[in-house]
Amino acid sequence: MLVRIAKNLARFIVTFLVATLAVFSLMRVLPGDPAVIAAGENATPEIIAQLAKEFGTDRSLPVQYWEWFSGILRGNFGVSYVTRTDISPLVLDKVQVSLILVVLAMLLALVIAIPLGTLAAVRHRKLSGALISGISQLGIAVPGFLLGIMLVTLVSLRLGWLPANGWTSPGDEFGDFLRRVILPVTALAGVQSAILMRYVRSAVLDVMHEDYLRTARAKGLSPMKALLKHGLRNAAIPVLTVTSVQFAALIIGAVVIERVFVIPGLGSMLLTAVGNRDLLTVQSVVMVLVAITLLINLMVDVLYTILDPRIRAAE
Amino acid sequence: MSKRPTEQQKPVVPTRRARHDMNFNLLAGSILVGLVLLTALISFVWTPFDPVQINSSVKLQGPSLEHLLGTDNLGRDLLSRILVGARITLLVGIVSVGIAVLIGTPLGIWAGMKRGAVEEITMRGADILLAFPALLLAIMFAAIYGASTISAMAAIGLASVPGFARVARAGTLQVMNSEYVLAARAASQKPLRIARRHVLPNLAGILIIQCSVTFALAVLAEAALSFLGLGTPPPVPSWGRMLQESQQYWGTFPLMAIWPGVAIAVAVMGFNLLGDGLRDKFDPKVGRDRA
Amino acid sequence: MSETLLEVRNLSISAGSKALVQNIEFSMQRGERIGLIGESGSGKSLTATSLLGLLPEELEVNGDARLRGFDQNLLRAPDKLMRALRGDEISMVFQEPLTALNPLMRVGAQVAEVMLQHGKISHRLAATKRSIELLASVKIPDPELAARAYPHQLSGGQRQRVMIAMALANNPQLLLCDEPTTALDVTVQRQVLELVSEQVRERGTGLLFITHDLAVVANMCSRVLVLNQGKIVEQGDLDQVFSAPTHPYTRALLAASDLEATDERGRLFTVSTAGAYRPPVVGEAAENAVASAGGDEIPMMGAAATPAQIPAGKALIEVSEVSRIYHRARTTLWGPRPEVPALDGISFTVRSGERLGIVGESGSGKSTLLRILAGLDQPSKGSVLVAGTEVAGAKERDLVDLRKELQIVFQDPMGSLDPRMRVRDIVAEPLLIPGVNLNATERSATVSRMLESVGLESDSAARYPHQFSGGQRQRISIARALVNRPRILVADEPVSALDVSVRAQVLNLLADLVEENELTLLFVSHDLAVVRHLCDKVIVMKDGKIVEAGNTKQIYTNPAHPYTAELVASSLNLREELARV
Repeated sequence: MLVRIAKNLARFIVTFLVATLAVFSLMRVLPGDPAVIAAGENATPEIIAQLAKEFGTDRSLPVQYWEWFSGILRGNFGVSYVTRTDISPLVLDKVQVSLILVVLAMLLALVIAIPLGTLAAVRHRKLSGALISGISQLGIAVPGFLLGIMLVTLVSLRLGWLPANGWTSPGDEFGDFLRRVILPVTALAGVQSAILMRYVRSAVLDVMHEDYLRTARAKGLSPMKALLKHGLRNAAIPVLTVTSVQFAALIIGAVVIERVFVIPGLGSMLLTAVGNRDLLTVQSVVMVLVAITLLINLMVDVLYTILDPRIRAAE
Repeated sequence: MSKRPTEQQKPVVPTRRARHDMNFNLLAGSILVGLVLLTALISFVWTPFDPVQINSSVKLQGPSLEHLLGTDNLGRDLLSRILVGARITLLVGIVSVGIAVLIGTPLGIWAGMKRGAVEEITMRGADILLAFPALLLAIMFAAIYGASTISAMAAIGLASVPGFARVARAGTLQVMNSEYVLAARAASQKPLRIARRHVLPNLAGILIIQCSVTFALAVLAEAALSFLGLGTPPPVPSWGRMLQESQQYWGTFPLMAIWPGVAIAVAVMGFNLLGDGLRDKFDPKVGRDRA
Repeated sequence: MSETLLEVRNLSISAGSKALVQNIEFSMQRGERIGLIGESGSGKSLTATSLLGLLPEELEVNGDARLRGFDQNLLRAPDKLMRALRGDEISMVFQEPLTALNPLMRVGAQVAEVMLQHGKISHRLAATKRSIELLASVKIPDPELAARAYPHQLSGGQRQRVMIAMALANNPQLLLCDEPTTALDVTVQRQVLELVSEQVRERGTGLLFITHDLAVVANMCSRVLVLNQGKIVEQGDLDQVFSAPTHPYTRALLAASDLEATDERGRLFTVSTAGAYRPPVVGEAAENAVASAGGDEIPMMGAAATPAQIPAGKALIEVSEVSRIYHRARTTLWGPRPEVPALDGISFTVRSGERLGIVGESGSGKSTLLRILAGLDQPSKGSVLVAGTEVAGAKERDLVDLRKELQIVFQDPMGSLDPRMRVRDIVAEPLLIPGVNLNATERSATVSRMLESVGLESDSAARYPHQFSGGQRQRISIARALVNRPRILVADEPVSALDVSVRAQVLNLLADLVEENELTLLFVSHDLAVVRHLCDKVIVMKDGKIVEAGNTKQIYTNPAHPYTAELVASSLNLREELARV
C-alpha cells in the first residue's frame, strides 16, 4: 500500500515538473522576449535592454525557468510585466473564490448524481428509469454557461429572487455569500451531475450483473439490501475515476461561469490577463489550475488504494 | 494518473460482431446530427439575409414572416446567423477531432504494441496533457497568438489526443493479447501487418464512438471559447459569440440567447446520442450473457 | 428415509416465445444426491436458478416446485417468502468462486452475513466466531487468517471452500451446485468434490449437482437426470442410466465421454458412431471393461492406430536447461523486483513423429513453455532448438523457418479467430509468410482443400467466425495451423472449452490429421484422460519444473513421482467411478 502511494507521489512530482516545463516553454519561450513585447513597437534597444534587466529576461532561459519554478515552490509568482504588480497575493485571493465554487459544485453534483443514477439503474426497465436517463442526456447537452444564462434570466432577471451577479466572501457576510453562490454553483453542478449520473447508472448496472450480487441474493438478501451492501462500494470504483477527470472539467468550467456571473475568481483574473496579454500572469494562473487538477488526481489515487483491497495488496 | 485494474479487466473491443438492429439513440442521434449538417449545408446556398448585415431599423424584433427567428440588437437576422454559425461549429469539430484521431490513434496503437518504455512515455504524456483541458489550452494559445479559429481548433484537437491514445491503447492491448494475434505472430506476420489486419479493424468500432463523443466535447468547447470572445473573431457568426452578444439583453430580449442556446444543445445532444447509439451497437458488454 | 424433499412438476422456462426449458419433472428424497447432466445451452443452470427464484426478470417460468415444510410453490412464491428460504433452506454453490465472492469484503464477513441475515446468530462477534469454525470445517488451513482475507488472497480451491461453507452455514435442506469444480484444477476438484460429498452426507442435505462431466456425476450422485435442449431425455438410477441407456442422446454422451472406449480404428466414439458403443457395466472392474470396449488392443491411439510403433526419428525439438523468469511489480520501495520463475531448468527432447503430452495444472508453466517453443516468448536462460532453429535470442526474421515448421492450435475457439476476418483470410494467413509464393487463386485453392480436410463445407470460406459453433471454430483453427504443412503441431488445451460430444470429434480429427501428415504433436492439457488417449509420451509439469517424463502407459499405470501419482489418482475416470459404485 505504501509502495503504491509512494509511486503515486513520485508520478505526481514528475507530472508536475513536466507540466511546469511545458507551460514555461509555451508561455515564455514561444512568444519571444517579454521585454520586446512590453516595450512596444517603437522602442529603442536601450529601453528594451532596460526592461529586460528589470524583468530578468536578459538571463539564460534555464536560469529564468529555475527562478520561476523555485518561485512557485515558495509561493512567489513574480511581478507582472504589464501591470507591474506582485502576482502572488492576487492569485491567493482569487484561488479561494474558485475553489469554493468548484468544491461546492462537485459536492452538489455528487449529491444529485449518486441517488438518481442508482435509481435509474435499478429501474432501468421502467419508465421512471428511462425518464431519469433522458433528463441526464438533456443535461449533458446544455453547457454550464448556457445553464447559467438561463438561471440568470429566469431566477434573477424575471423573478428577481437572487442577485444576477457579483460576489461576497463567506467571511464578510455569510447570508449574502449564500445568495450569490447558489446560482453559479447550480449552473456548474447541473452539467456535472448529469454526466456523473450516467456513469453512476452504468457502474451500478454493471455491478447488478455481477456474480457476487447473485450470491448475496442467494443468501436471502433483498435486492435493495444486496445492492447497498455489496454493490455500491464496488460501483464507487469506476465512478471515482470519472470524478477525478470531471474535476478538471469543473475547474475550467468555473472560468466560464465566473464570466457569466461576474465573479472575481481565478477565471476572471485569467481572462483579464489574456485580454492584456499579461503572459506571466496567464502562465501563473494556468499553473495554479493545473496544479489543483493534479493534486485532486493524486488524492483520488490514494482514495482508490484505500477503497480497493486488490490494489492495496497487489502491485 | 495510474493504471487501474478495473479499466484493464473489461474488454473494450467487441469480441463478436455488431448487432444490426437500429436503436433509439442511434436514430435520434443521427437525426439531430443530420439536422446540424443540413443547417450548415443550406447556409452555403441560401440564407434569408446577409448574416452580418447591420440594420438598425429592425433591432431586437421577435419572430415574423420576414425574420423567422427575429433579429438581434444590431438588427441582424437571427436565422441567417444560426445557419451560418453551424459552419464554424462543424469546422472546429471536424478539424479538432481529425487532429486527435490522427495523432492519438497511432500513438495509442504504438504504445499498445510496443509496450515497455514507449508505452510508459506515451501514456504518461497523455496523463500530463489530460491536466490541460481544451479550454485551458485554448486560453493559453489565445494569450500568445490572439483569438482565432485556428488556435481554437489546435487547442481542442490537442486536448482530445489523450482520449484517443488511451482508447486505442486499451483496445490494442486487448487485441494483442488475443489468441488470434498470437496465431498471426506464429504465422510470422510483421507488426505493421498485424496492426493493419487485426488491430485497426477491431478498433474501428470504439474509435468511431470516441469520435462522436469527442465531437460533442469539441462543440461545447468551441461554444464556450466563442462565448469568452476567444474563439472565431467577429464578424463571422458563431453560436457561442451570439450568446455573448446577447448578454446585455437576457432580461429584456431572451430570444437572442435562446436560439443559439438551442442550436448548441441540439448539436451536443446529437453527437452524444450518436455515440451512445454506436456504443449500444458495438459495446462488448451489451452482448455479454452467461451460458 | 423416503420422505420427499423436493417435488418438481411441469417446470418450463421461456424467453418470450422461445422455450428454454420444457416440462421438467422429478422428485428428490431427503438426503438424496441427484446429478443434472447436460451440455452447454441445455438449460441445466436455468433449472437450478429457477428453484432459487433468481431467474432474470425477462424470463418467464411456469410449473410447480414444492419443498418439504414450505407450503408455497417455489416458482410462484413472492420474493419476500423466497428470501427467508434462500441461504437458509436452499442454498447454491456457483461455478466461478472468484466472481461469486464480493472482492471488497473480507471472507469471514461474507460467511457471517448469511447467518446474521437469517437471524441464526444475532451477534456479530458470535457470527464471526462461527464463521471461523465453518471455514475450519471445510478444511481451509489457518481459518482465522482466511476469515480476515479478501477473496483475491485465497486460491481457487479455497474460494470454493468458502462458498461451500457459506452455503452450508445454516444447514439447508437442499444444496444446489452449479458446476462447482469446472473452474478448478484436477487435484483441487477431487478435494472439493470429496468435501461436498462428506458435508452433504453428514448433514443429510439433498443435493442437486449440475455438471457436464459424467465422471463427476458418477462420483457424486446416486440418481441422474439427463437434460438435452431443455428437456429431460432420461432419468433413473446412476447404474441403470450409465450401463443401459435407453435414449440415443444419453448413449452418445456416454460414448463421447468414455475416452477408453474406441472403435475398430482406434478412434473415439462420436454422436454418429455411438450405435456401436458398449456402455460400461457398473461394478465391473475398469480393466475388463476397457478390454471389451474396442478391440483386444489397448485402446490408446498411439498403440491401437499405429501398431507399427514410431520409428525412432531424429530429434526435432531439443530443450535444454530452459528457464523463464517474470518480474512482478515491486512490493517494497527498495530492493529488487520480485521474481516469478514460470519455467525452471526444463530439458527434454522430442523426436520426429512422436506424440508428446504435456500435463500440468494451472500455473505449472506449460503455456509459457509452448509460447517459447513457438517463438512467441524468449527463455531467460537455456537453449531451445526447434527443427534446427535456435529460439533463444532469435530475432523475428530468424524465426521464419521455425514458423514454417511449427504451428499452434489454441484453447479458446472464440478468441483465437479474428472476429472481423473471413474464414478464408484467417486460414490463408500463414501462407503470407515470406518464402511462400502463391498467387491468389493458388491460395484460395489451398484454403478450400484445407477446409475440406478438416471437415468443413467449402462455402465456409466466405463466412465470419461468429457464424460457426465452438467445434467448427476449432476446426478452422486446425485448418489455419496445418495450411502451410508444418512438421510440428502444438495444441494448447484445444478441447478444454468444448462440449463432450464435440470434444470427441475434434480429438479424432486431430488424430487423423497427425497420422495423415506424419506430424509431430505436442499436446498440452490439464486433462489426463485426453492426453492418455492421444499421446505416446508424457511430460508432467509442476511449478515450472518437469517432475516426471516417460511413456504414457508407464506413467499412468506406475507413476514414479508422488505428484504424478496424486494427479493420476485425482483425475476422475468414468469407468473407474462406475466400477466403484
